[in-house]
Amino acid sequence: MHELSICQSLLGEVERAATANKATDVNKITVAVGPLCGVEPPLLARAFEVARMGTIAERAAIEIEILPVVVWCETCAIDSPVAANALLCGRCGNWQVELRSGAELQLTRIELTTCADFAAVAG
Amino acid sequence: MCEQCGCAVAPEVVHVSEHAGAVSARPIHSRSVEILTGILSENDNEAAHNREHLDAHGILAVNLMSSPGSGKTSLLEATIDAIGDRFRVAVIEGDLETENDAKRIRAKGVPAIQITTGSTCHLDAHMVHDALHALDLSAVDILFIENVGNLVCPASFDLGQHANVTLLAVTEGDDKPAKYPVIFRKSGLVLLSKTDLLDVLDDFSPDKAESHIRALANPAEVMRVSSRRPDTLTPWTAWLEARLASCREGTTRRPDIRHQHAHYRAGV
Repeated sequence: MHELSICQSLLGEVERAATANKATDVNKITVAVGPLCGVEPPLLARAFEVARMGTIAERAAIEIEILPVVVWCETCAIDSPVAANALLCGRCGNWQVELRSGAELQLTRIELTTCADFAAVAG
Repeated sequence: MCEQCGCAVAPEVVHVSEHAGAVSARPIHSRSVEILTGILSENDNEAAHNREHLDAHGILAVNLMSSPGSGKTSLLEATIDAIGDRFRVAVIEGDLETENDAKRIRAKGVPAIQITTGSTCHLDAHMVHDALHALDLSAVDILFIENVGNLVCPASFDLGQHANVTLLAVTEGDDKPAKYPVIFRKSGLVLLSKTDLLDVLDDFSPDKAESHIRALANPAEVMRVSSRRPDTLTPWTAWLEARLASCREGTTRRPDIRHQHAHYRAGV
């Protein structure tokens, strides 16, 4: 529902990173999204196409890596991949598990073009 | 050495172009930069700033969330009646339109700041920051932030609160925690509201609602409350009192980072 405002925040982070790296263009960004972060990847991709206009990432492609939901059970000492609304150990069914992955909403990589201008005058 | 960015690396690609008799050569650098930053970092930074403000004044801030119509404002009115003489309460109200909820709170003699979001479906840290500055924080013990009625979006935005409390009315489905895992997983306390209606309802099981919450790996206490029955509010006000005390004692953190489960057990 609010993927557009998420994209605006995303582009803020992209611009910060681009400035820090003295980039002239952003070619691609990669984000990692977990099912429990409250953001829908297809909607995020569509919103990005709109939100990027007029920014340094205007021509950037977006790659969305969807992370699995994984919980850690202290008793069994195992990780279990699980559904977003059933965070239970795959072996013992215990609900007192720790979420290892699945709630991420992160910018993980950007591909930049950096360019320096120098002029050599000829003839 | 490149004069513009100071890099000493020889460019892999050089584009040469000719224009009006002058030749210019631009070295093109393409590189991939590894980053690991939360997309909502800017909001989170503002939220941390809000939290510092609140901590400096010894204020417990509670983010109250639910579907529209689950009884958040009624609960706040009943809570103010129950504890208003012992604790100084303030409220930040979030709605798309109207000042109706803030007016109800002010009628109880409690300061209320209304944020009207227009079409935004949730409150964020910047909105709350502005509202904080409209309050006299030196005169507040407990701040309730009544979020926009919405079970989807508010959960994603840290406001600077110390606790997330989510209402689920008994007139809703008891499987809502399974349908809305994001918000119910992040709740430090779940209040089943309107329990005075349980007598006339045959399709809401508080135990089922609780089991769905446990299936989100959430140890949060689930309390049954009715804003019409003040005696049902005692565990809730005791919880507030205990959280206020622990807030004033120790360091505070984002409520959904659960490294220490003790924060979320009953009565602690």
